[in-house]
Amino acid sequence: MDFASFLIQMLNSLQYGLLLFLVASGLTLVFGIMGIINLAHGSFYMIGAYLAFVLTSMTGSLVMAIVLGIPLALVFGAFLEWALFSHLYKRDHLEQVLLTYGLILIFEQLRSLLVGDDVHGVAIPAFLDASIQLTEVMSYPVYRLAISAVCVVLAVALYFVIQRTRLGMMIRAGNDDRTMVESLGININMIYRIVFALGVALAALAGMLASPISSVFPNMGSHVLIISFVIVVIGGIGSVWGALVAALIVGFADTFGKVLVPELSGIVVYVVMAVVLLWRPEGILKKG
Amino acid sequence: MNTHASLILKLIAVAIIACVPLSGESFYIEIVGKVLVMAIFALSLDLLVGFTGLVSFGHAAYFGIAAYAVAILSPQYEAASLWYVLPASIGLSALAAFVIGLFVLRTKGIYFIMVTLAFAQMAYFIFHDTPLGGGSDGMYLNNKPSASIFGWEPFDLTNEVHMFYFILVTMVLVYLFLARVLQSPFGRVLVGIKSNEHRMQSLGYFTFRYKLGAFTLAGALGGLAGFLYAVLFGFVTPELLSWHESGNVLLMVILGGMGNLVGVIAGAFAFEAMREVFADITKYWQLLMGGVIVAVVLFLPGGLAGIPGRIKRAMQGGEAK
Amino acid sequence: MERTFKIAGNIALTLALAAAGMGAAQASEKVKVGLMLPYTGTYAALGNAITNGFKQYVAENGGKLGGREVEYAVVDDESNPAKATENAKKLVSRDKVDVLVGTVHSGVALAMAKVARDTKTLMIVPNAGANDLTGPLCSPYVFRSSFSAWQPSYAMGEALAKKGVKNIATVTWKYSFGEESVAGFKEAFEKGGGKVVKEMTLPFPNVEFQPFLTEIASAKPDAVFVFFAGAGAAKFVSDYAAAGLKNSIPLYGPGFLTDGNLDAMGGAGEGLMTTLHYADGLNNGKDTAFRTKYATTYKMQPDVYAVQGYDAAQMFEAGLKAAGGDPSKKEEVIKGMASAKIDSPRGTFTLSPAHNPVQDIYMRTVKGSENVVTEVVSKGLEDPARGCKM
Repeated sequence: MDFASFLIQMLNSLQYGLLLFLVASGLTLVFGIMGIINLAHGSFYMIGAYLAFVLTSMTGSLVMAIVLGIPLALVFGAFLEWALFSHLYKRDHLEQVLLTYGLILIFEQLRSLLVGDDVHGVAIPAFLDASIQLTEVMSYPVYRLAISAVCVVLAVALYFVIQRTRLGMMIRAGNDDRTMVESLGININMIYRIVFALGVALAALAGMLASPISSVFPNMGSHVLIISFVIVVIGGIGSVWGALVAALIVGFADTFGKVLVPELSGIVVYVVMAVVLLWRPEGILKKG
Repeated sequence: MNTHASLILKLIAVAIIACVPLSGESFYIEIVGKVLVMAIFALSLDLLVGFTGLVSFGHAAYFGIAAYAVAILSPQYEAASLWYVLPASIGLSALAAFVIGLFVLRTKGIYFIMVTLAFAQMAYFIFHDTPLGGGSDGMYLNNKPSASIFGWEPFDLTNEVHMFYFILVTMVLVYLFLARVLQSPFGRVLVGIKSNEHRMQSLGYFTFRYKLGAFTLAGALGGLAGFLYAVLFGFVTPELLSWHESGNVLLMVILGGMGNLVGVIAGAFAFEAMREVFADITKYWQLLMGGVIVAVVLFLPGGLAGIPGRIKRAMQGGEAK
Repeated sequence: MERTFKIAGNIALTLALAAAGMGAAQASEKVKVGLMLPYTGTYAALGNAITNGFKQYVAENGGKLGGREVEYAVVDDESNPAKATENAKKLVSRDKVDVLVGTVHSGVALAMAKVARDTKTLMIVPNAGANDLTGPLCSPYVFRSSFSAWQPSYAMGEALAKKGVKNIATVTWKYSFGEESVAGFKEAFEKGGGKVVKEMTLPFPNVEFQPFLTEIASAKPDAVFVFFAGAGAAKFVSDYAAAGLKNSIPLYGPGFLTDGNLDAMGGAGEGLMTTLHYADGLNNGKDTAFRTKYATTYKMQPDVYAVQGYDAAQMFEAGLKAAGGDPSKKEEVIKGMASAKIDSPRGTFTLSPAHNPVQDIYMRTVKGSENVVTEVVSKGLEDPARGCKM
């Protein structure tokens, strides 16, 4: 591999990792702050992508679709929390796993009923539809760079909200000691609803952003789900920074794995996860 | 309800199941046989989840390893000896469970769930991506193992009725074995670990060893189920190790009521019956299945085995649960 | 006590289902077709297309095959190999079908073929291209109305070698269909004087292609040959174009690269050349009639999968005719099918001794939302059926 290729592969790893981070961030928030394992998280990614497809077909613009889609996702998330997830806080992990597993089936079938089973494409917004020439044969799509930029901005924003705002403080406190927070007069139910809705919206946004480059198709949530869990566990449940670091690690492992050890590239990610868990069972960066 | 009546009912149930081959309907003999295999699989997981409190989300790995073992160990054009492949396949699953257990049992709670999933995924990808087992298309078991010992054949697994009874007898033996294990001191410690591990440790038990023992035993029995599955159908695929299968068997356990051996067997039957019935109703049967799963978790925390208790309590005057 | 009631109840339920199943026994003078195809999941669109095509032929035939009314038993295989044997047995042992038609996913088809062989049931594969099905695992009972993975790729290899392309890089998913496609291509291409300089694979069904695009850019081959299908194919072609490679290093592949997913690619596939046994713009009478009828009946355009379903029905009809309409005369049905000449929308084809179509392979170019035929690159291409002992 020559140096130019190496650099481009680094760029590929970075871009893939950042997108994974966007999906995983919502999961780690819900997991860490509310203590809920949500297997349906991949479905939210899928819902986002299909929302992008449907809304772009209606409005003709992906940007418009995202602007409309985010509030829709937030409302949907809040509704789900109120209807189903609020009952899960006191239940054990097995029941959460199973209930959310049932949700995956329900969401996939509803998708099939409502939108059908065909593969769809979503158009890249015209102002981003260009490429930057990197070498004499290869160019890099501007859209991918744009997605990476959005992910970085969101990472910073998330950090800011959680570490530097009152809302964030309440969220962190509620995670440490729910009853104490309630006795202080803070409505913990509302906080949980907000966090959950945020988690859903983050996953859906990732789906929307990725839809032009990944296409929109049945079962697209499956792969993303498992990878998200791996990232959350490697990074430390509840830690947004941890999710970022872990997502980048996974991005590099996957990219270079494909090039250097193609036969084993499927396994590399799990080996990394197992090693991390056995070395530091709480994840690389503990809750923070 | 005393134990005598309970025993008689269990015997009646076994007798009813034993009558299935008399129908002569090949398809049903095989389907009920498959459900019995799933029941063994669910029983093995119940040992971990229901009795020791270890929620493993990767149990399908041990099912699949044994299934692949019998396919790989059997020669291509003739039957292998049952008395060789059966212990070998179970042994491989048990070995895998032992080794993996050494790693995963260091973690607890949610991390345990995730790391069991991770190892199962590794096993899945090994069979899916490498030439070891024929890759993602799976491989055939061309000849069912032969039971002959020095020329004498006690039974013939290519005969579907013999196959059925072989599975049924195995299931009953597994049930009796687990019931016995749970009565034993070893089993009592496991139950104690589920209820409060620290207390058991403070009583002087090396809980890690007991958990590892349970994990290995569960892996071995899960392998037994996988072996039977491969012999029954003659075809193995990496999807047998997928997390969907791990999820399905967890569902059987919770459906039947965790920590209740008979309930779990019922859970396996209920799960398969639901799949069949729903699939005949609509092509969107997974929607119904998902709905049932959600409903069971929300409203039936004790599983099917808990229903009679709830009815009884409701009739006695509606005390809060 | 209560728990044992639960078991008894469940057994009763299962036995009740058994009784109900037995009640739905044989209706005489009808022919029963078992369709085992994906109706949910990633390949649902293909399963539907194949079913539509099959049923269209039956409808054109007055609702009959071999002079007998057709009854269908349908099972959704969900493209899940783990349930494949069970599902196939459902159709064969419970519903007692006269012919098993399916499926799309090769892993599922392999399980079905074993059931067909063991129970001596006739089986027609309307898509799954695994070479083995008409190779080492061939059987008098198993027929295919579609293609083998080798065929379209071999044709492309011949065509590119003839064109003077000297070195090629390949990318595909690491599973049997992908590997068989690349192998078929390599065989013809290297026989014609070319060289495959780099073979890359990624696990199926992974779709993160960027690392490979970078590798291709640094290796700078004359052209690239890939096999992908469905959503993955759409993504690859889009990514390839977005990386600017499309204009400098031409991309080729078998038709699955562009069939059914041109919309999802946006315009990225424009001008792409692929090989397949079917195309748009064939302009033979049969195809035009077939397409008009299909579009009117199903309100959408047919594709190669619909044609394969249609031809599966034609093949079965040919067999039944030879047996005087009686599906139980399996020897005669098999002989009839094996010697049939099928007047297909793709052109006429016959069957090889291993029961795979011997057919023309077309070179097509993507123009708008169609794969338009430009020439016949390989006339009457027969899969070598290596390993078949028939």
